[in-house]
Amino acid sequence: MKLGKKRGGLSEIEIPTASLADIVFLLLIFFLVTTSMNPAKGLGLTLPPPGEQVKIASKNVLNVYINAKGKVLIKEEVVPVEDVEEVVKEQLKENPKLVISLQTDLEAKYEDMINVLDQLKLAEAKRISLAVPQL
Amino acid sequence: MEFKAKSSLSSKIPTASIADIVFLLLIFFMTVTVFRRHIGLRVTLPAAKATQKIESRRLISYIWIDRSRRINIDDVPVESLRELRILVKEKLQETPALIVSLRVDKEVPYRYVAETIEELKKADALRVNFGTLTKD
Repeated sequence: MKLGKKRGGLSEIEIPTASLADIVFLLLIFFLVTTSMNPAKGLGLTLPPPGEQVKIASKNVLNVYINAKGKVLIKEEVVPVEDVEEVVKEQLKENPKLVISLQTDLEAKYEDMINVLDQLKLAEAKRISLAVPQL
Repeated sequence: MEFKAKSSLSSKIPTASIADIVFLLLIFFMTVTVFRRHIGLRVTLPAAKATQKIESRRLISYIWIDRSRRINIDDVPVESLRELRILVKEKLQETPALIVSLRVDKEVPYRYVAETIEELKKADALRVNFGTLTKD
């Protein structure tokens, strides 16, 4: 009978939830600290499958050459790197099917190649091919 | 005293919903966090204006090439390019939609990049990304 009395009594049973916020804050801080907020960035490119050589009519190919010193040659003319975008845009307007073949000297700096690739991306060239120099 | 304070009125800030708000934040950060962070090699990436974010970070494998031509894939040092191909092929089996991000020092001759790209082609890892910094 004592038990029954207790149950019916006025004492309330409560789960303490005051510390819940603290625990969750702790977890939150942990995830805040571990999250790396600098997202992966870069210039995307899809490579062609190996061994597959698609013949493209030479009039649909625009060769862009980069020499060891980072100078750019398009259609037999030396073009400053900043102007590549403009030249390529014009060429693309004339022939939207144009495939741009980027030929980089093996001794050229990686930075020079990225600078030109950046210009090609800015010119909204969708079909870019990294030509393989004779290794 | 006409302006007697009502002593019976107790003002309380409701704190019951704090836990809910924080849980929401917690869930957000849990879903956003990617734990695979690599140490990598010390490289100075080139900058490019057309730099874009890669949305699917869980699919990325990183290849580092530093100034002294050391090659590293996801913190595993690679001695030969043949080894690189095997490692990339293994990763490709785990994640078929693999994106390989090349983080190459800007002073490295293009030869090393070209050779790496050739190996990636042979390994069928065709989604490549050149890691760059944003330039204004």
